[in-house]
Amino acid sequence: MATITTDVIPRRRKPRYLLDRVDVIGPLFIAPAIIYVLVLVALPFFLALYYSVSAFTIFDPSYRFVGFSNFLDVMKSEIFRRTLINTFVFTIGAQVIGLLLGKFAAMLLMKEFPGRGLARALVVLPWAVPVSLATLAWQWMFDSLYSVINWTLVAVGLLNPETHLQWLGQQDLAMLAVTVVHAWRLFPFGVVIFIAGFTSVPKDVLDAATVDGAGFWRRNYQIILPIIAPIVMIALIFGTVFTFTDLSVVYLLTKGGPMNGTQVLGSLAFQVGIMSGDVAHGAVICLFLFPFLLIAVVALLRALRRREI
Amino acid sequence: MASVAASNITKRFGPVTAVDGISLTVRDGEFLVLLGPSGCGKTTLLRIIAGLEMPTSGQILIDGEVVNDAPPRARGIAMVFQSYGLYPHLTVRNNIAFPLKTQGVASAEIKRKVAWAARLLDIDHLSERRPRQLSGGERQRVALARALVREPTVFLLDEPLSNLDAKLRASARSELKQFQQTVRTATIYVTHDQVEAMGMGDRIAVIDRGKLRQVGTPTEIYEHPADEFVASFLGTPPMNLIERDGGSLGFRPEAFLPRELLNGSAVMEMPFRVDRMEYLGSERILYGTLQGRAAKREVTAKLPAHVPLNGMSCGAWHEFAVRESELRLFDQQGCQVRS
Repeated sequence: MATITTDVIPRRRKPRYLLDRVDVIGPLFIAPAIIYVLVLVALPFFLALYYSVSAFTIFDPSYRFVGFSNFLDVMKSEIFRRTLINTFVFTIGAQVIGLLLGKFAAMLLMKEFPGRGLARALVVLPWAVPVSLATLAWQWMFDSLYSVINWTLVAVGLLNPETHLQWLGQQDLAMLAVTVVHAWRLFPFGVVIFIAGFTSVPKDVLDAATVDGAGFWRRNYQIILPIIAPIVMIALIFGTVFTFTDLSVVYLLTKGGPMNGTQVLGSLAFQVGIMSGDVAHGAVICLFLFPFLLIAVVALLRALRRREI
Repeated sequence: MASVAASNITKRFGPVTAVDGISLTVRDGEFLVLLGPSGCGKTTLLRIIAGLEMPTSGQILIDGEVVNDAPPRARGIAMVFQSYGLYPHLTVRNNIAFPLKTQGVASAEIKRKVAWAARLLDIDHLSERRPRQLSGGERQRVALARALVREPTVFLLDEPLSNLDAKLRASARSELKQFQQTVRTATIYVTHDQVEAMGMGDRIAVIDRGKLRQVGTPTEIYEHPADEFVASFLGTPPMNLIERDGGSLGFRPEAFLPRELLNGSAVMEMPFRVDRMEYLGSERILYGTLQGRAAKREVTAKLPAHVPLNGMSCGAWHEFAVRESELRLFDQQGCQVRS
C-alpha cells in the first residue's frame, strides 16, 4: 500500500519589519481614502442634514431644531420651483447638445486627414481653458452691444439688424446661453468618450457588417452604437452628475439672473446659503440634489457592472 | 454558383507592396487555399476579393464580370473573419439573421433560413445566447452559419481556425471540409498552416512577399515544388537542399533513408553523420551533415519509428541514400528544373 507523506509545513517566520505585515500595511494604505471620504464627503453631508432641520444662519448660529419647516418654506418658493425646472433644462440640454456634437466630431476625427493631430488637440481646448477665462470670452460674445453672435446672425440674414437679441438679458435666451456654454465645456468629454468607443469596436465586426451589406446608417446605429452604449451611458451619467451639481457657468455668466431666470440648484444654494447667510435654507436646497444624484449613481454602477460581463 | 478570378492584382500601402501582380482563378465549387507566411499578402488579397480593400491595379472578376467598383454587398460573397466578427450585442439568431435583414428579406423567410443554417451547423440550441457565452468552436460555427444564410456565390475564410486550440482545430478542420463538400460553394481559404492547407485544399496557392509562387494540388505542391521557397515552406522538416554546380539539389527528409532500406533501384548515395536524434513517437528525425557536400541548412532524415536503428549512433558516419526519382533540381534562381 502506498503511503502519502505530507511534509510538515514550516511555520511562517514573523516578518522582520512592521511594514511587512499585511494587517498593518493594508489599513495604512487605505486610510487616506477613508479619511478623505469621511472628512470631505460624509461629514459635510451629515452637517447639511443637520442644518436643514435647524434655524442656523451665520447671523444666528444656533442649532435650534425646527423640523421640516425649512423644506416647506423652500418648496413654497416660486424661485425654487423655477430653479428646479431650470436645473433639468440645463442638465438635459447640455448633455444632449454636448454628446451629439461630441459624436459627430469624433466621427470626423476618426477619419484620416492632414492636420488630424492638431484638430484633435484643439477639440480638447474647452476642457483645458479655465472656466472663468472661457466664460469671460463667452460673456463678450453674448454682450448686448458687441455680440459677435448677433452680428453673425445679421450677416447671414437670419436676424433683422433692428432687433438686438439680449442674450443675457432675456430669461429664455439667457437659459439657452448658459446651456450652450456648458455644452461647449462638455463637448470635449463627449469627443474623447466617442473616440474611445469607436476605437474599441473590433475591426472584424465592422468588416463583417460591411460584407453583410450594412450601409452607413445601419452600421452606425445597429452595430456601433449598441456596442459602445455602455461607454456612452457612463459618459452620460457622469456628465449628468457634474452638470447637476455645477454652478460655475451660471454664476460667472448670469449670476442666476435675469430675475432668477437662469438659477440652478447649485447657484441658488450658494446664493441663499453662503451669500445671504441663510445656511439652513441653503442646505435644504442642496439636499434636493441628493435623490436625483442617488438615482444617477445607482444607474452608473449598474452600467459599469454590465460593461464588465 | 460562380467562379472568381483575380487578374494581375497589385496593392501598395505607401512604399510597401503587399500584393504584387497576382493572377488566380477559383473554379466553381473548388476549395482553394492561399498559403504563405505571415505578412505575405494573402489576407490583403482576400480583402481585395471581398471588396474591403481597393486594388492599386488589376481586376477582380466574379462570374466573368469585373466587380472592382461593386461594394462588398453587391459581390455575392460571404466572409468568415479570423476572430469571427460576430456582433457582440446580438443573439446567435440575430447574428445569423443580420445579413438577411440588410437585404430586406421577408421575416418568415428569414426565420426559415436561420433555422436551416442553424440546423446544418448544429447550433440551433444556442440561438438565444450571445457570442460571449459561446466557446471558440461554437463561435466559428455561428460565423459560418451567418455566411451561409446569404447563399453566397463564394466563401472567403480568413484563418478561421487560428483561434481554436490544437485539438479542436483538427476536428473543426474536417467539419469545415465536410461542410464545404455539402454546400459545394467556391471557397477561398487563407492560412499560414501547411497542415490545414494540405488537408483541406483542392488546390493550394503559395504566396510569398506578395508574389504567387505556385498553384497546384497538394500533391503537386509537395512533390514538385516550383521553387526553393515552396520546397522549404512545405513539409516538416522542410526539403533538404544541397549545393550542386550553380543550382541546388533537393530531397524530402522521408526520402533520405539508410542505404540498406533502398535495395536495387537507382539511388544516389550520401554518407551522413548523425549529430542528434529526435524521437517523436511515430517517427524519428535525424539531424546531421553530409560528407563532401555543402547544404543550405542542417540536413534531416525522417525515419518511421519502426525502422530499426541497426547500431546507428550520434557522431558516426552512416551510409544513406535517396532514390533518384525523389531528387529535385533547382537552377541558380531557385526554380525547379523539370527533367
